[in-house]
Amino acid sequence: MNLYGIRAIYRFEMARMWRTLMQSVASPVISTTLYFVVFGSAIGSRMGDIQGVSYGAFIIPGLVMLSLLMQSISNASFGIYMPKFSGTIYEVLSAPVSYLEVVIGYVGAAATKSTILGVIILLTANLFVDYSVLHPVWMVVFLILTSITFSLLGFIIGIWADTFEKLQIVPLMVVTPLVFLGGTFYSIDMLPGFWQTVTLFNPVVYLISGFRWAFYGISDVHIGISVAMILLFLTACLGLVAWIFKSGYRLRP
Amino acid sequence: MHPDISVQGLNKIYEGGEQALTDVHLDIHRGEIFALLGPNGAGKTTLINIICGLVNLSNGRVLANGYDIIREYREARSQIGLVPQELHTDAFERVWDTVSFSRGLFGCPPNPAHIERVLRDLSLWNKRNTRIMDLSGGMKRRVMIAKALSHEPRILFLDEPSAGVDVELRREMWEMVRRLRENGVTIILTTHYIEEAEEMADRVGVISQGELILVEEKEALMRKLGKKELRLHLQTPLDTLPESLADLELTLSETGDELVYSFDAHADESGITTLLKRLGEQNIDYRDLQTRESSLEDIFVNLVRANP
Repeated sequence: MNLYGIRAIYRFEMARMWRTLMQSVASPVISTTLYFVVFGSAIGSRMGDIQGVSYGAFIIPGLVMLSLLMQSISNASFGIYMPKFSGTIYEVLSAPVSYLEVVIGYVGAAATKSTILGVIILLTANLFVDYSVLHPVWMVVFLILTSITFSLLGFIIGIWADTFEKLQIVPLMVVTPLVFLGGTFYSIDMLPGFWQTVTLFNPVVYLISGFRWAFYGISDVHIGISVAMILLFLTACLGLVAWIFKSGYRLRP
Repeated sequence: MHPDISVQGLNKIYEGGEQALTDVHLDIHRGEIFALLGPNGAGKTTLINIICGLVNLSNGRVLANGYDIIREYREARSQIGLVPQELHTDAFERVWDTVSFSRGLFGCPPNPAHIERVLRDLSLWNKRNTRIMDLSGGMKRRVMIAKALSHEPRILFLDEPSAGVDVELRREMWEMVRRLRENGVTIILTTHYIEEAEEMADRVGVISQGELILVEEKEALMRKLGKKELRLHLQTPLDTLPESLADLELTLSETGDELVYSFDAHADESGITTLLKRLGEQNIDYRDLQTRESSLEDIFVNLVRANP
């Protein structure tokens, strides 16, 4: 195992985060804060409780997930897209590192950033809305697992993308709708029966439901199913990355 | 002892069906400077990129210091440092950081003393805290070399090291390459500047349209294929070459005031005395004469033309 290699990539990526602190941390915090102000405090005060939880507190897990997903994908995809774009990827490809080590370095750094960001957003939320965390350990597990899984997805997108447009399009066109329709702002049982079934095909539903369970002990689907779905998704992403490096797809002509 | 690089029956066909390399066999020995020459698109960079792991090979085998570059990629790649043709650098990184990054990436424990030595050797020490984007092109090239040397490779690839580099830096770089060789590093370089190969290489390989058409000691090559020319500037221009001199290897320049005589540089009998004597008999006067030896460049151009 080339531990020095992993550390070099990880540090390089973290250094990039500190350089771009404004966009890495500040902008998601600001946009999430706006959600809390508008939906949590302003509108939320006129809404009834959902399953015994005030509306402002109810949407916190979903909003954290929204940022976590978006940031994981954009961090990780940008992290691998840039060296491809600027050509500096040559060095990683010519180095004695295995694909797993490359992934641990890049995805590890992206997941670290998202996790830190998730914690910061939770702390920010505390300024606007009162909430409690019923299962703190599970909350952290969900936070980290989600960060890793979606950083992996971002890594794949970064390798697949050959233009900046493609890099932007997946988070915008796919992830945002999935999160908004994944039960961030409502409980799934508030939907008509048919749409409840449709919603179950949305992987983000399981994330938000599980995450909310860690907070308040309420969930749309069983916690076990949520964990299983994350692990399934994680495995699928890992498999795809393994194939990418094996075939040289978009990396080694 | 096995060669430092051994390329055996290497073929590369790109996805579009383009055959970039055809059945390349090449051994590069420990401690030599090997120059790979060839016109643009001949396959020089493809060959280097395959050896260094940037491009997948289609079939054949490559060993670096005896390690298979695919099955034993970790050992093989640890032997190799690569300075690519293009200046691929991170804009915001600082010189020290980016060179240390390279060392770590290649699995070596930190060694600030070595990094300092490399930076000093390349006159980069004063710039160690400068962001790469603030460096000139020549300085960026030095950074690329420093990165390649950061993990103390046994084999160094320089792909077009003098592209976009001024005369002074080029000289400095040659100096550095010689120093590296003295320390036992094997060097493979590709170049457009034949002058560079002539100046530095021990052996030369010529690649044309994906085929390695020649591998030879530079000296031997220049001896074998080199020709000499004698140019005579005539007192009075001639309209045509006199009949009586037609049996000699003579040509008349277009302006008619210059006679060019080619001869084998290494034959015992150059024939110059005979020529001059016969010119005297014909009353052809000349006011100046000069001889010129063909360079590696002439040889190269002839070779590539002969293998279209």
